[in-house]
Amino acid sequence: MNFWNRIANVDRRVLYLLLALSVALPLITKPRTTVPVSEAVKGVYDAVEALPAGSVVMISIDYDPSSAPEVQPMLIALLRHSFRRNLRVVVMGHLALGLPLADIALNQVAPEMDKEYGRDYVNLGYRPGSTALMVGIGREFRDYFQTDYRGVPIDSFEFMRRVHNYRDVGLLVSLAHGTVADYWIQYAGGRFNVPIIVGCTGVSAPSMYPYLRAGQIKGILGGLLGAAAYEQLIEHRGSASLGMPAQSWGHGLIIALLIIGNVGFLLSRRKGKK
Amino acid sequence: MLKRNIPLAIVFLTAVLLIIAFFIPHRPFGDLESRFLNWYTIVLGFTMLLGLDSLTRHHLVRIFRRTEGWFYSLLLILALVATVTLGLYSWFRFRSPFALQAPFMWLYTYMIIPLQSTMFASLAFFIVSAAYRAFRVRNFSATLLLIAACLVMIGNVPLGSDIWQGVGRLVHAVVPSVDFGAFSRLEGFAAVKDWLMSIPQAAANRGIAIGLSLGGIAMSLRIILGIERTYMS
Amino acid sequence: MILNIIGTWVAATLTLAILSFLYKDNPLYRAAEHIYVGISAGYAVIYAWSFDVYPMLVERFNTNMTAHNNVEAWILLVPALLGVLMLTRSNLTLPALAALSVLMLVFHSFSWVLVVLAVMCVAVFIPTLIDPKIDWISRWPIAFTVGIGSGLALTASFQGYLLPQVSDTLRPLVNANNIVVFVGVIATLFYFYFSKEHKGALGTVSRVGIVFIMVAFGASFGYTVMARISLLIGRFYFLLHDWLPIIR
Repeated sequence: MNFWNRIANVDRRVLYLLLALSVALPLITKPRTTVPVSEAVKGVYDAVEALPAGSVVMISIDYDPSSAPEVQPMLIALLRHSFRRNLRVVVMGHLALGLPLADIALNQVAPEMDKEYGRDYVNLGYRPGSTALMVGIGREFRDYFQTDYRGVPIDSFEFMRRVHNYRDVGLLVSLAHGTVADYWIQYAGGRFNVPIIVGCTGVSAPSMYPYLRAGQIKGILGGLLGAAAYEQLIEHRGSASLGMPAQSWGHGLIIALLIIGNVGFLLSRRKGKK
Repeated sequence: MLKRNIPLAIVFLTAVLLIIAFFIPHRPFGDLESRFLNWYTIVLGFTMLLGLDSLTRHHLVRIFRRTEGWFYSLLLILALVATVTLGLYSWFRFRSPFALQAPFMWLYTYMIIPLQSTMFASLAFFIVSAAYRAFRVRNFSATLLLIAACLVMIGNVPLGSDIWQGVGRLVHAVVPSVDFGAFSRLEGFAAVKDWLMSIPQAAANRGIAIGLSLGGIAMSLRIILGIERTYMS
Repeated sequence: MILNIIGTWVAATLTLAILSFLYKDNPLYRAAEHIYVGISAGYAVIYAWSFDVYPMLVERFNTNMTAHNNVEAWILLVPALLGVLMLTRSNLTLPALAALSVLMLVFHSFSWVLVVLAVMCVAVFIPTLIDPKIDWISRWPIAFTVGIGSGLALTASFQGYLLPQVSDTLRPLVNANNIVVFVGVIATLFYFYFSKEHKGALGTVSRVGIVFIMVAFGASFGYTVMARISLLIGRFYFLLHDWLPIIR
């Protein structure tokens, strides 16, 4: 069997081992890198910066543990940025498995920044209903959320007394791993003109660009790169920045394998034609 | 009549009400819309329980008949019962299953997160294997796809910046009048990736999504008018 | 503290059990897989109760009764009935829901809506035992949800997607980007027009559409690679930092 055939038929477990090493080694050695900041990420940063202190930012947790490594750093960075600018944060969710991740992030960031539950942020919890909920809270939040996730009436929180619908929300953030971001843009953005920014997984990011170009959203945080770029803008390195060198090596490995695989294929094909 | 016509009437009337309420948000349509959306949310809560019956029935049968793999079914049922028990206990005791000190939160943090995350993380290995074995430039389209993929992958990571800087050094060495700093700041690969994403990729995605949107509108109309009835089976 | 240590080891074991599938299918992986399904199913029950049925139905009923809005309170039984009728499709959940309602009544707090919910579940469950074919009644709540979904989707598709996107495509062709977007959208739409054979002018435009579609798919692949590797980074970070403190 010639060299290229042997290379092409290498056991898949060797490939798995190469990938594992290419991800693990940079995590251990922790080289520092910077990432380029795109206009899409800058749009997110500028949208939060433009809000006056005391404005309400509504963050919808539409992801779950399967996407947490990409999207959780975005949530943490957004919370830091919002708290730094003294914005009021309202968290809610459409994915049953995702809302505890918001709790984990809030319990990490809020004490560091001296923010208090009820005064600076509230977690409304989860409700099913998806699109119906998005349209329904355009009229009144309390039709769906009379209490927060712990059963405390939301009117017992001072800043929530003036929040009734999208008109009282300065910015809507959808942190999503599927089509929920599309629903926010079409149902809430389209009908109620609420400003929206999207944080999404790498899989969903390409489909968000038409919305950005049309001005339906103000910015996109796409995947781990988007999260790392945003961390760079707010000058607080987190897990996304830590993961980018591993991302780099992993991509390098895949590109190398693509090239090797196709060189072998083309050479074999040329030999076959001869 | 009861089995077919009433459901068709329900679909038609609820959908038409919502469409009218979109254009006339005042009373009574706005109030009715609000009430129906609320009811929809409540009904959806019940639908979350729908799959439970067939799942438990299937695995209980496997346990009682001692079919092959019955032990795994036993594990599944035990996990289900333990989750419900811990969840209800946490809800009773701490007012929310996700209170920090609640046992249900322990289950979420140390079992649900690792299980779900790892299931999806293992896809990375399959992508590597597929990229190496299956991704072949057999024709022009496949070559274009590969080039676009490689440009985006390089532009997405610091590796692209490093390669660009290497190119910059080479250019500066060959043509010293070229300012290395200015060349570096161009971030060529990232700029190409951003352009690819914002312009040609967005255009194609928009075209595909317009088609999907038109299809969705057609399907909604068919359902509302009772032409499409597969939801009743 | 000790619970956190035990939890970390449990999480690491489950992570390695799932990853062991990469070597080959084995009993540890299958056990972890089944535990995952069981936990997810149980989770759905907890969520359905804690974040939907209880706050939207029971708490709202109680709040309205306290405020003497009796009509607003009792009208909530309509969606409750629709929900119960929906469950005729999986009739074992009906006695389970009735039992849960009784459990709440006994251990938590009394509420008339819980009593009615339990009675409704039993009243609907008994006929399903006699004649299982009675699950046709679930078509009514399904029709309700389908009607709501279709009605919302129709207007949102136009207002939220079609009009803004078409409007943005029709920009003046004064720079290269606008021209590329315009040509790209039109060519892609032409490619998906299958009512006529792709020959002549239509064939040429379709081939331009293929170029744009391949660029979009390539970009999508590139981002998907980034997404998948990100998930792996998350898991490896847990193993090398939280479990084995190799990363400091």
